[in-house]
Amino acid sequence: MQISMTRRVFLAKSSLVIAATALSGRIELFNASPVLADSSLPFKPHAFLEIGADDTITVWVGQTNLGQGTHTGIPMIIADELDAAWERVTVKMALAAEPFKSPVWHMQATGGSTSIRHRWDLLRTVGAAARQMLLEAAAEQWDIPVQKCLAQQGKVFHPDGSSLSYGQLAAAAGKRAVPDNPPLKDPGDYRIIGTQRARLDIPDKVAGRTAYGIDFRTDDMCVAVVARPPSYGAVPESHDAGAAMAVKGVVKVVELDNRIAVCAETTYAAMRGREALDIKWSSGSHPHLNDETLDELLQEHLSRSGVVAQNEGDVETALAGASQTLEQSYRLPYLSHAQVEPINCTAHVEKDRCRIWIPTQGQTATQETAAGLTGLPVEKVEVMTLPAGGGFGLRGEQDPVVDSVMLSKSLGRPVKVIWSREDDFAHDYFRPASHCRIQAGLDTHGRMVAWSHKVAAPSVMSRVMPHYVKDGLDADAVSGITDMVYLVPNKRIDYVMVDTPIPVGWWRSVGYSANVFTVESFMDELAHAAGADPVQFRLDHLEKGTRPYNLLAYLAEKSGWNDQAPEGRARGVALTSCFESIAAHVAELSVDTGGRVTVHKMYCAIDCGTAVYPDAIRAQAEAGVVMGMSVAFHERVRFRDGGVYTGNYDQYPLLKMPEVPEIEVHIMENDVKAGGVGEPVLPSVAPALANAMFAASGVRLRNLPFDTAQLKTA
Amino acid sequence: MITLQVNGTSRQVDVDPETPLLWVLRDNLGITSVKYTCGIAECGICTVLINGAAVRSCSISVAEAGAQKITTVEGLPDDHPVKRAWIEKQVPQCGYCQPGIMLQTVDFLSRQPDPTDEQINDAMDDVICRCGSHPRIRKAIRRAAEIAIKHGG
Repeated sequence: MQISMTRRVFLAKSSLVIAATALSGRIELFNASPVLADSSLPFKPHAFLEIGADDTITVWVGQTNLGQGTHTGIPMIIADELDAAWERVTVKMALAAEPFKSPVWHMQATGGSTSIRHRWDLLRTVGAAARQMLLEAAAEQWDIPVQKCLAQQGKVFHPDGSSLSYGQLAAAAGKRAVPDNPPLKDPGDYRIIGTQRARLDIPDKVAGRTAYGIDFRTDDMCVAVVARPPSYGAVPESHDAGAAMAVKGVVKVVELDNRIAVCAETTYAAMRGREALDIKWSSGSHPHLNDETLDELLQEHLSRSGVVAQNEGDVETALAGASQTLEQSYRLPYLSHAQVEPINCTAHVEKDRCRIWIPTQGQTATQETAAGLTGLPVEKVEVMTLPAGGGFGLRGEQDPVVDSVMLSKSLGRPVKVIWSREDDFAHDYFRPASHCRIQAGLDTHGRMVAWSHKVAAPSVMSRVMPHYVKDGLDADAVSGITDMVYLVPNKRIDYVMVDTPIPVGWWRSVGYSANVFTVESFMDELAHAAGADPVQFRLDHLEKGTRPYNLLAYLAEKSGWNDQAPEGRARGVALTSCFESIAAHVAELSVDTGGRVTVHKMYCAIDCGTAVYPDAIRAQAEAGVVMGMSVAFHERVRFRDGGVYTGNYDQYPLLKMPEVPEIEVHIMENDVKAGGVGEPVLPSVAPALANAMFAASGVRLRNLPFDTAQLKTA
Repeated sequence: MITLQVNGTSRQVDVDPETPLLWVLRDNLGITSVKYTCGIAECGICTVLINGAAVRSCSISVAEAGAQKITTVEGLPDDHPVKRAWIEKQVPQCGYCQPGIMLQTVDFLSRQPDPTDEQINDAMDDVICRCGSHPRIRKAIRRAAEIAIKHGG
């Protein structure tokens, strides 16, 4: 019965299918080819790799296509170990299923730059196992030892030069067991990993053929928009359902808890219907919440004693004995994801199953949400992950799943819930605001002897994974500080949790997005206090020969750091280590007397271990600069009267084309395990800019977004 | 009934004439390459060509569009210099904004066939790409201009 549901995930023509089961969290590969012949077999397989008699090679990917390139990078890894002919490789998005869960997180989700780094061995083993089976099949057919056979470019070669294609061998290979520990390639033998390839999803995106979540249609579907409370804690006190129903195309008005949905035959009718509802909302729970009161709240929390996140050595004594001490405070705002495709989800609840089509970053969470609402077992919730128009951490949230499932139950037909742009800004799960104070001491040689750092910020973990919050400590809120790369003998990190009604969530590079700005800005302040060059000061506090040390030295060389900056320009540097990779930026800019900042050039260097797909790494690094600059110069969510004030992109401007500088990306060679890419390339952008602005003007900007008016000298 | 000319074909729709063209193209005609994002002509992602000029389809009613020639990205031939350049320079990340930006490029290059970087920056200062594909968009516009000049396209 389970097999009949999942068998159709296989392609009808495939002869060799490498699939997996995940029992007690451990993923085991097996040959699923016999399932095609015998539907009574008692397991529930999902394929990673299928090889057809016609030489087609299909790679199934369980992670979301957000445009980050993993839908090409993952097939590249499997194809390389398989020694496949790359032209025959296609990629398909898998359904939500156990084997696609992260072996580290034990859930299927796309975030934390984990798509490849959590599956590095698994993906290579899938390709290597199939290759070994094809080699064994050829050896048997030719009656020669397997060691005499050579796999290359989708064929197995006989010592006499004749060959059989993988397609010709697939059926015989499909009768063999998956080898336990197939040999994996040495990095020097890679033929696809590390090479330039065209991204597999780009032709459809350029042609306008890619159907994102918001584009999904199915028979008898209706579209719903939901009126949500304009301020925290508000509920509808009255509304005019009749006026909404009078709009042509509106099908039904449904009250859901604290919100009201309008379902219609078209999106526009649903939106018009929602306007017609004329809802009177209650005043909400926090009528005095606004930008100023939030700022005061965070500032007040910064003066409280928090919980100790880290305490090494004796900071107080070291500070007392320091030759000079420095203390500064920094403030960062709430940020919106501002992903371009509005939040959406389509659900169809039937008697014995629930189908969901969604551009989600959280497949397992989606299954569990729908199972909870319908009473169906999790495996009866089929989640079809559609390409997403950006995500940046927001798309694991479950609100659209809840609403579309509830509405489909209510209407008995498929329902697509769409948020308007105003909904997206008003009901985002924001990157938390954060205030911090840092104090450090230097000895007479300009070496750091102590670092004390207190962060006051709302906690993401408390809502998303409360079991990870122990005694008021959200480790994510201090990430980038507790694990900072610099050597300091005495270190103390405190965290003060700030409770507000504003929902906060994962946002690209999460805690690092805020804390690397403050650490790297303050490192620059210390370098100047010590009279040291900012790169040299950092190198002096890194262990020689480590990856951060090597990467920073590499970037200094590539950016010509030790040469004079071009006339009228100044440079700043910053370094990050996160998500198993190291990244650093050098900003080159000028500031005119009116305080106008022109960023001329940004250098980015990254050590992400094995650079699986260099062009995608470059694209992510370029993107990190653009998003990082956008955050640094423009982005801030505003609040007023107990709710979100920011309404649309006109009030949340993003970086525009004229502001985008020349970007030079350098990928440092390192053949260790592949690390993350999408997130590590972001955090050091803003501090590199702040440090360069200081070098240019002598003015230190410690709050984001930058108030460049402070740089005015005329 | 309103008759629209979309990608060289006459299409009839029975809708409120005040309906934004965006929603008629998407919901009534199923042309989903035209994307909804801001709804207030702020982001440029819903851009279509009307008689060759870039127009924000969220902010023009279907009645205003009337019988004028509407082009969406599907209406550009596969070998169009802009499509070729976008693939060659591997521009899209999530790709959601690209059809609108490509169409704005088509309009821009028709008026400015050999643009400087500064002209490109000015022409593209009213479109949004959250992924940050800007450096590649700039390269692709230059490349599309080159292809068009070389092939008289």
